Amino acid sequence: MSTAQKPAPIEVHDVTVAYRHRPVLWDIDVTLPEGNLIAICGPNGAGKSTLIKAIMGLVPLASGKVEIFGKPAKQGRTLVAYVPQRESVDWDFPTTALDVVLMGRYGHLPLFGRPRKRDKEIARQSLEKVGMLDYADRQISQLSGGQQQRVFLARALAQQTRVYLMDEPFAGVDASTEKAIVVLLRDLREQGCTVAVVHHDLQSVPEYFDTVMLLNLRLVAFGPVETTFTSENLNKTYGGRLSLLTEVGERLRKSEWSARR
Amino acid sequence: MECAALNPPAVLISVSASLAPWLEFFTFRDINLRLILAGCVLLGISAGVLGCFAFLRKRSLLGDALAHSALPGVCAAFMLTGTKDPVIILIGATVSCWVGAISIDLITKHTRVKEESALGMVLSVFFGAGILMLTHIQRSGNASQAGLDKFLFGQASSMLDRDVWTLAIVGTIMLCAVALAYKEFKLISFDAEFGTALGLPTRMLEIALSTLIVLAVAIGLQAVGVVLMAAMLVTPAAAARYWTDHLGNMLLLSGFFGAISGAIGTYISYLGPRMPTGPWMVVAVTIVFLMSLLVAPKRGIIARVLLLRRIRRKTAEENILRTLYVTGEKEQRMDAPSSVAELQQFRTMNPWILDRTLDRLMDRGLVNETREGFFALTSDGIARGARLTRLHRLWELYLTRKLELAPDHVHDDAEEIEHIITPELEALLVAALDDPAVDPHAKKIPPAMDRESAIS
Repeated sequence: MSTAQKPAPIEVHDVTVAYRHRPVLWDIDVTLPEGNLIAICGPNGAGKSTLIKAIMGLVPLASGKVEIFGKPAKQGRTLVAYVPQRESVDWDFPTTALDVVLMGRYGHLPLFGRPRKRDKEIARQSLEKVGMLDYADRQISQLSGGQQQRVFLARALAQQTRVYLMDEPFAGVDASTEKAIVVLLRDLREQGCTVAVVHHDLQSVPEYFDTVMLLNLRLVAFGPVETTFTSENLNKTYGGRLSLLTEVGERLRKSEWSARR
Repeated sequence: MECAALNPPAVLISVSASLAPWLEFFTFRDINLRLILAGCVLLGISAGVLGCFAFLRKRSLLGDALAHSALPGVCAAFMLTGTKDPVIILIGATVSCWVGAISIDLITKHTRVKEESALGMVLSVFFGAGILMLTHIQRSGNASQAGLDKFLFGQASSMLDRDVWTLAIVGTIMLCAVALAYKEFKLISFDAEFGTALGLPTRMLEIALSTLIVLAVAIGLQAVGVVLMAAMLVTPAAAARYWTDHLGNMLLLSGFFGAISGAIGTYISYLGPRMPTGPWMVVAVTIVFLMSLLVAPKRGIIARVLLLRRIRRKTAEENILRTLYVTGEKEQRMDAPSSVAELQQFRTMNPWILDRTLDRLMDRGLVNETREGFFALTSDGIARGARLTRLHRLWELYLTRKLELAPDHVHDDAEEIEHIITPELEALLVAALDDPAVDPHAKKIPPAMDRESAIS
């Protein structure tokens, strides 16, 4: 079909996010191109998770807008599979691995509708893709951290979307899970999917990803790993706090006032 | 008239009239009793089922705050209408619970006060206001107010036809709602944010679930009272969690626990005329919880104690096998016997436990008593001892090589690890260490003996 001007998977326009009036992300403007593996890097508190949540419409935007395949985020977000941080849920919840993965199908089901046979099939296939099919009926608290992470990834796969946003899937996982995730990411890219991953291990960025986003309260750099993942950009991201930005943010919080919204 | 004399029911009635009260209960003849029993069982079921969600969402305390904040609503409903009609009281209680819930939400969001303080504040302020209104009503000399104070601790025997019918209808609607939205309630209890990301109306679902929990509290107030209602909400869920790892089963079980607690409470108050139903329901559900805590499989205390004992026994057995093996190495004769005193030197063990452990090892053909008080490994025992020693020394080597610990620092760790290493871990260790021959103390590492390891 028309190759010209197909809307990008995710467009972030001048987005600012504030918690209690203190901006934690300033004026982010970025377009995630289709078919890339994107690492989102930055120091602690740089707003990496917040950016993902802002894209998914899980935190209110102080200003700006997000478009997903040209649609407003609230409508478009069903086209994006979201993998939250593993610690964000209580793994002692009474349910099985398969049941959690099945939750990825809920967006495709009518409200109050029961999962059908086909949904269960897709859930099992998703578990198989992350090497967890043998654990389908296991209570989730009995799984190791890495296995729990893989269940979360399988849940995203079960959504069968073209765009994935993953919040620190590599955090605290064993070597075999790390390998499984890398294989999965490459598979997704081969299928032409767009995947953005919050990633902490700078060393493995060039190996695992082709595109990098450097973030520290504002967007420092975004582009192909070869040209963007430079020591100069990394210094800008990690070295030296932008004390003025933090200071102004703190003042905004104290004044509890905002010209935006 | 002749027919009537032969009528069997007439005979039955005369028999039941002479029954002892504890048996007569089970004939369910007393219409009043049937009413109260139905009411208590129904409220037990609905509180038990909805309580699971409060429990799993870690909102147990909210249930207590909600129950207490129902009191001003109950009083206000009476003051405005002058009746104790169950529907009106229910509406009053529900509205008041909601105001309480919203207050907690607003306080947490817009002030520096943390949620647990907000819960405490709302609970006591609303309850205090309720008591104030109750006192005012009682002083006003309104005759129809009698029994309103029963909302504090509940009085099941004051339930009338209309109360039980209201309870039954509201309870049935609630349970149907849970059955309908089971999948959605499960999702928002486990991972609400993911639900929002999927495009589900999570905000609306959360309001619906909270409303159902509020209703579950409100319909129990007459029988159990505002002070104790939270126990009927949370305790059955906490007990049910011990028995199952499946949410659906947990809901059923929790509802069942609530129901039998309701029945037991009714039974006890039927036997003793002065016995209150609500508090006895709470006692019953607490006993159910304590039983679950004790005897539930896997999670129960007894199961865990038994497991611990098995592990301790296994460790003691393995320690003896290893001691005998090392002695054999020194003597250069693997079936060299050791005396009990020698074993005691190596392993500071209670003599009685040592005795029992040796008995078990002999029963299993791993050790035999060569002469009075002297023990040696059998050929099976030597194989087991070799494997344990192998794991011990592999781990010591791993610690000194990979963690660069001093050789005299690694023994105690290995003592612990040797009991838990699986064949898979052993294979990994061997691979990581290039199938070593000696440990950090230059002692020989016994080669792998069993068939699986021989292949790898």
